[in-house]
Amino acid sequence: MLTYTTRRLVLAVPTLLFISLILFLLLELAPGDPMAQVPLTVPPDVKQKMREALGLGEPMPIRYWKWLVQFFWIEPQVLVDWIFGTHFSEGDLRVISWQTRSPVMDLVVQRIPQTLWVVGTAYVVGVLIALPIGIYSAYKQYSFFDQAGTFVSMVGFSVPPFFSGVLVIVIFAVHLGWFPSIYDTTHVVDSWDSFVVQLKQMIMPVMVLALQITAQISRYMRASMLDNLNQDYVRTARAKGLTEYTVVMVHVLRNSMIPVVTVIALAVPAVFGGAIITEQVFKVNGIGQMLIVAIQANDLPTVQTLTFIFAILIVLFNLIADVLYGLLDPRIRYD
Amino acid sequence: MTDLSNPIPTKPPRSQWLDIWDQFKTHKGALWGGIIFLTIVVLVFLGPFFWSIDATFIDIRARNQGPSLAHPFGTDQLGRDTFARMMAGGRTSVSVGITAMLLALSLGSFIGILAGYFRKLDGILMRLTDLFLALPLLPLLLVMMLLFREPLSASFGPERGIFILIVGAIGITSWMPTARIVRGDVLALKEREFVLAARSIGTTNSKLITRHILPNVLSPIMVSATLGIATAIITESALSFLGLGFPPDFPTWGRLLFDATDYLQQYPERVFWPGIAISLTVLSVNYLGDGLRDALDPRIRGR
Repeated sequence: MLTYTTRRLVLAVPTLLFISLILFLLLELAPGDPMAQVPLTVPPDVKQKMREALGLGEPMPIRYWKWLVQFFWIEPQVLVDWIFGTHFSEGDLRVISWQTRSPVMDLVVQRIPQTLWVVGTAYVVGVLIALPIGIYSAYKQYSFFDQAGTFVSMVGFSVPPFFSGVLVIVIFAVHLGWFPSIYDTTHVVDSWDSFVVQLKQMIMPVMVLALQITAQISRYMRASMLDNLNQDYVRTARAKGLTEYTVVMVHVLRNSMIPVVTVIALAVPAVFGGAIITEQVFKVNGIGQMLIVAIQANDLPTVQTLTFIFAILIVLFNLIADVLYGLLDPRIRYD
Repeated sequence: MTDLSNPIPTKPPRSQWLDIWDQFKTHKGALWGGIIFLTIVVLVFLGPFFWSIDATFIDIRARNQGPSLAHPFGTDQLGRDTFARMMAGGRTSVSVGITAMLLALSLGSFIGILAGYFRKLDGILMRLTDLFLALPLLPLLLVMMLLFREPLSASFGPERGIFILIVGAIGITSWMPTARIVRGDVLALKEREFVLAARSIGTTNSKLITRHILPNVLSPIMVSATLGIATAIITESALSFLGLGFPPDFPTWGRLLFDATDYLQQYPERVFWPGIAISLTVLSVNYLGDGLRDALDPRIRGR
């Protein structure tokens, strides 16, 4: 198991490096100039010096290397300093946003809780809804419930979040007036009433995201259950006289959960990506919205950092999925 | 015992495609999906020949109207006919979907066949596929929109430039599933006897691929084609919705939806038309793919 995990870890490093190189090269082509807003009265040679101070005067490989150092060496130090109160990173140059002239990672840290709250809750809710639906529709294959479940998940696949989001706003915020249409991130939860307000504003974005997750995971759960329900060991279990509940919920479920768990892990980064749109619809100022604003403002360091964070999420959860699969199913470890 | 005195078959031989059609017909959802998708395609492409109002014609005195006989879907804030705009938008959205799907499909099949057929290329091509699968696609698409919008608009004109950009961007970020499926199938096919037989009579690699391998992997390719259209339409609408797609005066379904959200309080019905059009198209294409998958699989035919 250890060699399997190590092999996966070692493979992840070149993947991340390659992605960072692709991102870097892509943004090399960008037309944006961080000096565009500097007044015209500033003489060109001073401008040139400012550009060099931002590290823009050097050849491409050196800048790539510097960016890697900043991202993988200095930023973790800042994190360590922040947690333990040490001074490793003092005087080091960090990745600076062109919009606000403050370190990008500080902005990300400000934005991430909102995203995590909405996406995390949606994910948990989505999975909790999906699993029973998947189990029951597989157990009663071709029943009315199964057909309805198939239709609902097809709808979940087909209705994009920017329509379902707008639709629930029209119904629940404009017509019924039950929930606020805009997510208020400055809201502080300190009492029961404010908790209810928080709950109310979270319901709509969470439901929109959860619909997508449910659609996907319940399909996998159903397919995986169906694969296992016809296996010989199920007949054996029934022949032993086990109750139907034990057969399905213990024997079949545990075996069908193996691929589903990995799918649940694999889908996490996709949900973060999809949250970009949902955040835009409900005006949640999480990292997705930060990315859109940075793209519109031509703020390349922020775009680069955020896109790379998404890439790290994908690689990380791929790794988690691989290791989980190896843990749950000893047959695929090859060691 | 069957009567062997008359060895001539009484029924004419059935073609393979007729069998597929028979199986396809039994899947009601797929049949309806196909019908609805065809209707939408015909409507958006032929509709403008029968609907005389131009999508960009501004009639400011008839602005913000509800549905009427003259304007079945109403008009927008500039008095443009929503029905005409929906058809124009659908034309763009469906063309982007189909073209991007074709690009992704040919790229994916090409890489899949190469990887599955030539053992030497397998390792490197599959690593490449894995790397592409690890890319954050939506952020990357947004970045590509940011970077290449200006140069492509300058060289091909604003509309065609963005069209090429969106189709290209969606195409090169969505070929990976097709490549994986095709590679798997080719790997299995390569070991079959008919490939050995073909090789033993001296068929060259290129002929072997085009004559024997490609027709046999056609069914997974067709299934991923339908799914590809669905994802491409959704991706294009998402980009337009985020304001990074086609230019504002050029309607697509995503753009219409995005514009309608500004008037959500006053005219909430305006978001329905493009939203329903996107969802219905994608839903019908998904059902079509579901039915095709069943129809093209000979193992479950006749059940």
